[in-house]
Amino acid sequence: MEPLDQELDEAELEMPTEPMLLNVGPAHPAMHGTVRCVMELSGEIIEHVDVQVGYLHRGFEKMCERGTWTQVFPYVDRCNYVSPMLNNVAFALACEKMLGVTVPERCQWYRMILGELARMSDHLTCDGAMAMELGAFTPFLWMIKAREMIWDLLEEETGARLTHSFGRVGGMASPPTDNLKDNARAVTKHILSVIDEVEKLLLGNRIFLDRLEGIGVISQADAISLGWTGPCLRATGVPYDVRKAHPYLKYGEVDFEVPVGSASDCFDRFMVRLAEMRQSARIIEQCCERMPDSGAVNIDDPRIILPPKDEVYKTIEGTIQHFKIVMEGLKLPAGEVYSYTEGGNGELGFYLVSDGSGTPYRVRIRPPCFLITAGLERVITGAMMADVVPSFGSLNMIGGECDR
Amino acid sequence: MSKALLELIKKNFGAAVLESHSLHGDETVVVEAGAWKEVARFLHDSPQASMDMLTDLTAVDFPDREPRFEIVAHFYSLSRGHRLRVKTRTGDAEGDDAVVDSLCDFWASANWLERECFDLFGVIFKGHPDLRRILLYPEFEGHPLRKDYPAEKIQPLIAYRDVPNIEKIAPFTVDEGMSFGRQTHTHPRSEGDDAHVKAADSQVN
Repeated sequence: MEPLDQELDEAELEMPTEPMLLNVGPAHPAMHGTVRCVMELSGEIIEHVDVQVGYLHRGFEKMCERGTWTQVFPYVDRCNYVSPMLNNVAFALACEKMLGVTVPERCQWYRMILGELARMSDHLTCDGAMAMELGAFTPFLWMIKAREMIWDLLEEETGARLTHSFGRVGGMASPPTDNLKDNARAVTKHILSVIDEVEKLLLGNRIFLDRLEGIGVISQADAISLGWTGPCLRATGVPYDVRKAHPYLKYGEVDFEVPVGSASDCFDRFMVRLAEMRQSARIIEQCCERMPDSGAVNIDDPRIILPPKDEVYKTIEGTIQHFKIVMEGLKLPAGEVYSYTEGGNGELGFYLVSDGSGTPYRVRIRPPCFLITAGLERVITGAMMADVVPSFGSLNMIGGECDR
Repeated sequence: MSKALLELIKKNFGAAVLESHSLHGDETVVVEAGAWKEVARFLHDSPQASMDMLTDLTAVDFPDREPRFEIVAHFYSLSRGHRLRVKTRTGDAEGDDAVVDSLCDFWASANWLERECFDLFGVIFKGHPDLRRILLYPEFEGHPLRKDYPAEKIQPLIAYRDVPNIEKIAPFTVDEGMSFGRQTHTHPRSEGDDAHVKAADSQVN
């Protein structure tokens, strides 16, 4: 082996003058979705980058066109796999908008509690992973532990930790458990304490701040033109939150703020997510106070909702009703609808086209991540190679949602 | 969504508006494919519309109709808080000749949305700066979200790609990478060494 301290004659060395092509991903540890970046580097500066997505494309929109409307729920679950409940509720709301029905009040509060818990789990994952990629492993473990508590709660409610498939058109798969409010309060209390501790750990850390402040900046005009929504848009100073701008469920009746950033860098995106978790905790507390302990969860419409199981076995009406909904699927009126809600990453839209039969004609999922990832090119062009990691982490790209 | 905006479009583009409706609270206007870009320009520039966001752009396939594809765009105005859905129709029964103008001049989000629409439906967006597949790979045959594409169709295996200049990608050659590699390069090498490097290069290729 050659000795490492051998004398080098610098004059003889040829510096490479051509830009270097570097391929990052699709299976790079810092690319936590499966996304590939082909970069042209000049030294450590990224001169050009081509962001390539699609490695997780599973053809959900095509598959949705084969079953019934209810059978779409498992697919939307698998779109955003850190906050599937938000997708469930969003799709249910889209179908209900088309049917022109509103679920009972108890169900609306229930959906909000579960949805805000899912949003917290989404933000905990993003901020935790972002810190971990910059070397801060402790906050990641704390946040993932807190997320585990949310998932335990959701498991108790729905029976599944992650892919709940719990939404239904016109209600939920089952009514809330008796312990829901106590559990939700305990979980949010713990999460708030975790956020405080994480702030203490990270916000006094010079290395962490240097890696985030002034990195991954995008102008407000660019973010709007790119169709960014959610925390990434709010970090640029635009207070657009679907829950506030176009309230659905009971969001118009609860008191919460929309945190915004100003510098639109990675640090602002990190802080907006932390602040949003605190707001989610506020919303959950108000929901727990106002949600009635008894009452119907599902709407009372035999064309939409499956009858109780004992009726199916004991009465002919129940049997027929069950058979019609399972075999033919519930029927949405012919036409089209665009329904939008605030997902974990921004505006989650569903554009549905129905031909009046029990099978969806077209289910278009408008994923917030797809357009945010489209902006990655602008964010990292001209930046240093090492800045890709916090920039990409702060955008919170979810592969399942981006590629569908 | 905004009814006033719907009237405004009808007034300005009366001849090009094919139909309009307000279903489930969503205002929709269907325009001719030729006026697609002009309507978009109006929505982007006019102060009454000021649509600063192209939220979504997709297509729907109706194989029994002529024109076959419906291109659906959803616009949102952050400043005014209103929405509008604009549709146009294009493409013959075979799905060929489906061409509309690209909206990349007005909204950056149109870039990827139109690429996705091209990828899954085969609609060509005229004037798009970089129209290539986005979710699927270049060798994919057909456009899967068309109704005549069978959902259970299996695509053929693709050949190993021959990428030109792949030997320039670091760190495959001795010329790039760490200084130890470069230093050995400055010394004249024996024939055997060269053959070894060539063999490594051809493996990469």
